[in-house]
Amino acid sequence: MNIVKLIALGLITLFAMMAANFARDFAYQVHAILIMLVSGGLFMWTLRHTGDPAAPADQTTYFDSVVRAGVIATAFWGVVGFLAGTFIAFQLAFPGLNFDWAEGYANFGRLRPLHTSAVIFAFGGNALIASSFYVVQRTSAARLWGGNAGWFVFWGYQLFIVLAATGYLLGATQSKEYAEPEWYVDLWLTVVWLVYLAVFLGTIIKRKEPHIYVANWFYLSFIVTVAMLHVFNNLSIPVSIWGSKSVQVFAGVQDAMTQWWYGHNAVGFFLTAGFLGMMYYFIPKQAERPVFSYKLSIIHFWALIFIYIWAGPHHLHYTALPDWASTLGMVFSIVLWMPSWGGMINGLMTLSGAWDKLRTDPVIRMMVISVGFYGMSTFEGPMMSIRAVNSLSHYTDWTIGHVHSGALGWNGMITFGALYFLVPKLWNRERLYSLSLVSWHFWLATIGIVLYAASMWVTGIMEGLMWREVDANGFLVNSFADTVAAKFPMYVVRGLGGVMYLTGAIIMCYNLVMTVRRAPAAQQSGPAAVPAE
Amino acid sequence: MSNKHHNNKDPETTGHSWDGIEEFNNPLPRWWLWVFYLCIIWGIGYSIAYPAWPMLTKATPGILGFSTRADVAKEIAAVDAENAAINAQLASADLTQISANAELNGYAKNAGGAVFRTWCAQCHGSGAAGAKGYPNLLDNDWLWGGDIEAIHTTIKHGIRNTEDEDARFSQMPAFGEILEPAEIEQVVNYVMSLSGDAQDPSQVAAGATVFADNCAACHAEDGTGDRTQGAPNLTDAIWLFGGDYATLTETVTNSRYGVMPSWQTRLSDAEIAAVAAYVHQLGGGEATPE
Repeated sequence: MNIVKLIALGLITLFAMMAANFARDFAYQVHAILIMLVSGGLFMWTLRHTGDPAAPADQTTYFDSVVRAGVIATAFWGVVGFLAGTFIAFQLAFPGLNFDWAEGYANFGRLRPLHTSAVIFAFGGNALIASSFYVVQRTSAARLWGGNAGWFVFWGYQLFIVLAATGYLLGATQSKEYAEPEWYVDLWLTVVWLVYLAVFLGTIIKRKEPHIYVANWFYLSFIVTVAMLHVFNNLSIPVSIWGSKSVQVFAGVQDAMTQWWYGHNAVGFFLTAGFLGMMYYFIPKQAERPVFSYKLSIIHFWALIFIYIWAGPHHLHYTALPDWASTLGMVFSIVLWMPSWGGMINGLMTLSGAWDKLRTDPVIRMMVISVGFYGMSTFEGPMMSIRAVNSLSHYTDWTIGHVHSGALGWNGMITFGALYFLVPKLWNRERLYSLSLVSWHFWLATIGIVLYAASMWVTGIMEGLMWREVDANGFLVNSFADTVAAKFPMYVVRGLGGVMYLTGAIIMCYNLVMTVRRAPAAQQSGPAAVPAE
Repeated sequence: MSNKHHNNKDPETTGHSWDGIEEFNNPLPRWWLWVFYLCIIWGIGYSIAYPAWPMLTKATPGILGFSTRADVAKEIAAVDAENAAINAQLASADLTQISANAELNGYAKNAGGAVFRTWCAQCHGSGAAGAKGYPNLLDNDWLWGGDIEAIHTTIKHGIRNTEDEDARFSQMPAFGEILEPAEIEQVVNYVMSLSGDAQDPSQVAAGATVFADNCAACHAEDGTGDRTQGAPNLTDAIWLFGGDYATLTETVTNSRYGVMPSWQTRLSDAEIAAVAAYVHQLGGGEATPE
């Protein structure tokens, strides 16, 4: 086995050396050197440990070390992503922050995909992978399938993040929103993702519980659908095997439609279905109450995944996209409203009989407000997909505000709640270091989101109205630059909201570190993989 | 297990339990179900009314005859029809007479302002104050002439573009290839002295000679420029690229080549007349010479 590994690593190292030598652009060269160092290092490590006796993992315990690593990565990338976001928010308010000396590396255009990928894929992705590994083991009463494949998924995913992020800064991008990484990074992610699917599915198959818990349906739909979306949207032909540039297979409006089929379902399956999986485990656990309705979970799950996949065209209203496709996108978006809200109802109603916990437990408060933001953005989304509303909101900051009330409110808050739940469990601590710091985090983040969303509603609607304002003769009243100038105060408010959100996340990191270092140890030892009764 | 989580009033659970999580057997909330049904029914109705379902060769058109493209075309046609008479009047008007006709002038300034904000503001600024390399249109310093007909010609054909044969054209030589660095230093000091203070007053006299030999043909002996060839007036302390020593040295050494597109293929005659009237009335417009 080790021989196969050594041969593979050796070949990769050799190929990366050649690639670094023949590289046609700088980003590709940097990536080739990076891959050469990683695979070369792994080669040496494998070689030195070839003789070691392999101790088989104890199948009655859970594979939690990879989850611990995932929790650390989630918190780390979260802070990086929020910092990047706050900085580019101020770049928009104060263009002077696009420093001349950093032109071509740290200007808004380069940093913007860095921010979106850092928060969606690095922060959100690590949260999903780590929590899914934790949840699938607990609810299947089985150790993670595939041995060290879990580690491969974790480190492979981190490598993907580093390749993507450095690529953006050095200018390697295929210019598709949320799918910017170039062809070789896409190929690598495909490999990692298929292993992730195998590990997750393998664990479900060997479960000791008779039924598959609802959280795992959501996680599985997320993993399967993201694999499909990723592959189709990234179909492209490299210009050269020694360069980062590639050419898309689709062109024109077909390319745009594929992109937004992908882009919208990245929201639908990455940021909604996957995070609903988190919600379905961590809320009942933290509230210590049964899930409100099994029937509702079945119906809203199937309705959600069936309908979501058709909603993409609403990103392309009033473009070259034919009217019929735009109508279907709008209709499916509106029909999607109730299936989305099914998750909110199940989350909130799970607390019925335990509402008093909102007063005493800031972690459950965080989870509840996240479900509240989920409900708000899944109402706002269908509303914005209506053509008449979209003709005002499209291309404005309203869209940015909508995305952030979902991302900061729903994805961020549920992840924070899950991290607060997981850290004491994973490091065997009796409790969190400080609940009052959790309260601080809660209020900073909540007020930050309100500042963000409210300022973007104001600027969004304002610029939408300014763009369409015509005088009695049918002539435009405002120039584009007028709308930009008018938005300035709200851009500063938005930046301040970002500062508050970032500060909250830093407080969380401190609290989690202190939980591991200072909080008293829990009484019982690590959990055993036995089915619940 | 986990009976401690239950209250006496709780409904039944499904009997499953995962890691201590149970599920109540509650029915679907009625209001949820009915709103979901209503949305579906509305969706079916809407997709019958509007273009929606793709068929073999084309999609169902919808019974309302809705089409975003047709709607836009209709709106544009309606505005065009409403403005047709006054546009025709504007396109054929004697430019110098526009300001005398209050109704026409009001329309021209309005339309011209809209054209300016859409097409011109990118370079000249939405307030027309210009930027480095893009002339300020609010002052009375004109490179190619400031009466309405000159402005009209500049807009219609542009400057130094390759798309319009009638574009205004002139080219300053790059004097870095003609003069010695010392001579450039002298002439820059001289030019600075024309509208302010020289960097090094001792060079001004020598610079005057260099100027007379090399620059006066276009910029005139007194440095007041020549509008027939777009040679800027160097005595008014208004600078297109900058009047400091370093920038002027750069200008003299490498020359400048500001380009403005031709607008006659992009804008209608009425729009060009309108934007000419608008720019002419921004503040610096001059009367047409008799």
